[in-house]
Amino acid sequence: MLEIITSILVRTIVAGTPLLLGTLGEIVTERAGILNLGIEGMMSLGAVTGFIVTFTTGNPWLGMLAAILAGALFSMIHAFVTISLRANQVVSGLALTMLGLGLSGLWGKPFVGRPLTAKMSAIAIPGLSDIPVIGRVLFYQDAYFYLSVILGLLVWFIMKYTKLGITVRSVGENPRAAETLGINVSLVKYACVMVGGAFAGMAGAHLSTAYSKSWIEGMTSGRGWIVIALTIFALWEPSKAFLGAYVFGGIFVIQYVLQPLGISPNLLAMLPYLTTLGVLLFYGMSKKGKRKMSAPATLGEPYIRGSR
Amino acid sequence: MPVIILPREKTTPAFNVLILMLSMLAGLVAVGIVFLTYHVNPFYAIYEIFRSSFGSVFGFKETLTKAIPLILIGSGLALAYKAKFWNIGAESQLLWGAIFATWVGLNWGPHLPGYVILPLMFLAGFLGGAIWGIIPAIFKVKFGINEVISTLMLNYVAAEFVKFLVVGPWKGATKYGYPYTDDLPDQAILTLMNNSRISLPLLILAVVVALTLSFIVYRTRFGYEIRVIGENSEAGKYAGIDFFRTTVLMMVLSGGVAGLAGVGELTAIHHHLSYPETISAGYGFTAIIVAWLGRLNPGFTILSGLFFAGIIVGGDAIQMSMGLPAATVNVFNGLLLVFLIMGDFLLSHRVRFTLRPKLKNTKATN
Repeated sequence: MLEIITSILVRTIVAGTPLLLGTLGEIVTERAGILNLGIEGMMSLGAVTGFIVTFTTGNPWLGMLAAILAGALFSMIHAFVTISLRANQVVSGLALTMLGLGLSGLWGKPFVGRPLTAKMSAIAIPGLSDIPVIGRVLFYQDAYFYLSVILGLLVWFIMKYTKLGITVRSVGENPRAAETLGINVSLVKYACVMVGGAFAGMAGAHLSTAYSKSWIEGMTSGRGWIVIALTIFALWEPSKAFLGAYVFGGIFVIQYVLQPLGISPNLLAMLPYLTTLGVLLFYGMSKKGKRKMSAPATLGEPYIRGSR
Repeated sequence: MPVIILPREKTTPAFNVLILMLSMLAGLVAVGIVFLTYHVNPFYAIYEIFRSSFGSVFGFKETLTKAIPLILIGSGLALAYKAKFWNIGAESQLLWGAIFATWVGLNWGPHLPGYVILPLMFLAGFLGGAIWGIIPAIFKVKFGINEVISTLMLNYVAAEFVKFLVVGPWKGATKYGYPYTDDLPDQAILTLMNNSRISLPLLILAVVVALTLSFIVYRTRFGYEIRVIGENSEAGKYAGIDFFRTTVLMMVLSGGVAGLAGVGELTAIHHHLSYPETISAGYGFTAIIVAWLGRLNPGFTILSGLFFAGIIVGGDAIQMSMGLPAATVNVFNGLLLVFLIMGDFLLSHRVRFTLRPKLKNTKATN
C-alpha cells in the first residue's frame, strides 16, 4: 500500500512540474498586464528544442538551456505584436500557439521515434532521500523539479517583497501611474513576456527530456491551456501556483490509477478539464470568489503612452 | 531615426485591401523562410499549394468541400468575435452537432423518408452546437468565467466524449475493431455532386448562413447590440442592453452553425461518427483565422473560408508529394494570423520615419 501511495505521489510531482513552471511564467506575464495564450505553442517549441539539442549533444542540461532560450525568443513575437503594435492579445496568443505547434511538428519530424540516450535523470539528495515516502517523493527527483521549486520561491519572493515585483505589478494594474514614477512600461512588459516564454520553454523541455525521453508531435496535449486556467486558479499568486500545479498533476495521475477499475479511459481523460471548469465555477458562484478572480486591472488591454 | 506614430482616423476600402494584401504577402514570405529551414524550395512549395487547390478541377472541388465547414464555422465565430466573445470552442460545437445528428440519423433514420430525416438531423445538430455554445456564455455572464478557458476545456471534454461513444456504447455492431458507429441509413445521407464530395444543398446552406449572419450583424437591432457589446460594454449597459440575453442568443447562433458544420461532415462525407480528429480536420481552429481574415464580417468569410480551404487542400497535397509533416498547415495558419493582426496596426495608425524630428509641437502617441 505504501508502495502504491509513494508511486502515486512521485508521479504527481513529475506531472505537476511542467504545470508549475508554465504557471509561474504566465503569472509574471499577466501581472504585467499581458495575456499570453501562446503557452501551448511555446511549450511545444521548448519540448522539441530541448529534445533536439539533448539528442545531438547528449547533454540534457544544454537541452534545457536551449529550450529556455527558444521559449524566450519565440515569446518576443507576442511581445512585439501586442506591446509595440498594440494588437489584440487573444488573437496573437492563439497565433503563437498554432505557430509553435506547427514549427515543433515540422522541426521535430526527423526525430519522431528516436529515443534519447541521455535523459535528465533523478538526483538523490544525500541523506534526505532515505526518509520513507517523503524522501522518495521530494528528494529523489530530476533537476527540473528542484529548479521549479527554487524558481517558484524566487518568483514568489520577488513579486511579494522586492521593488522589482512592485514595479511589475504596478505596470499591470496602473501603467499610467507607473510611468509617472519613471518606469519604462514597455520595457517591463517585454521583460515579463520573455520570462513567461522562458518558463514555458523550460516546461516543454521537461516533457521531452525528463518526463518521457522521446519526441511525439503534440506531446504538450493541452497542458498549456491547463496552465492558463491554473493562473486564474492561483489568483496570480506564485505561492498558490504550487498548490494548483500539484493538484492538477495528481488529477493527471489519477486517470491512470482509476483505469484498472474498469472506468472508460476517455471519461477519465476528461478529469483535468472538468476539474478546471469546476474550480472556476466554484470561484464564480460566490461573490468573494468572483472578486478574487479579478485579474490584474489592465490585463489584455494595449497600453498607449500619453493617451487616455 | 525617430519614428512617429499617430492614430489614423478613417481608412478607405482600397487602403484596407492593400494592407490585407501586404499582410498576406509578408505572411507568405515568412512561411517561405520556414520552408527554407526545412530544405524545401519555398517558391515551389507555395506554387504547389495554390496549384493543387485552385489550379485543377479536382483540386478545386476538394477546396469547395473543405470550404463548407470553414464558412459555416467562420461566420459564426465572426459573430461572436464582433461581441468580443472569444469562442475558441467551435471544434467541440461541431462535434456536438455531429453527435446529435448521429443519434437522430441512427434512431429515426430507418423509419422516415430523406426529406424529413435530413432536416431533422440538421435541426438536431444546430441544437447540439447551440447547447455547447450556451454553456460558456452562461459561465461568462453569470459567473465571470473567462470564455477562452471554458470553451477550450469544453473542446477537450467533447473530444473525449466522442471517443468514449465510438469505442463504447455507440460502437457499431458491424464495424468489428474500428472505432466507428454504424453507418447512417441511405436516406440520412446527402447526395453528392458528380465526381466530388460536394453536396450542393450543403454548399448553398453555408453561403446562406454566412449572408444571413452578415445581415443580422449589420441590419438588425440584435446585431447592433452585439456590436455595441463588443465595442464598448460600458455604453451597452447605459443603453439598456440585456447582456445575458444578447450573449446567450449570440452563442446559440455561433455554436449552432458550428453544429451544422458537424452535421455536414457527418452526413455528406463520413456517414458515421468516428474519432474527433477524423470528423474535423481542425476546422474549429482554422475558422478563427477565417473569421479574422474576413474582417469579422460573416459575409466575407465566404471568401476567406475558400482561401483557407485551399491552403488545407494544398497543404495536404505538398505534405504527400514532398514528405512534409501534417503540422505544415499550422505553420501557415499561425504565420498568416500573426501578419494579419500586425497589418491591423497600419490600419489604425500612421507611421512616419523622419530624419529631423521637427514636429516639436505635435504630440506623438509613442
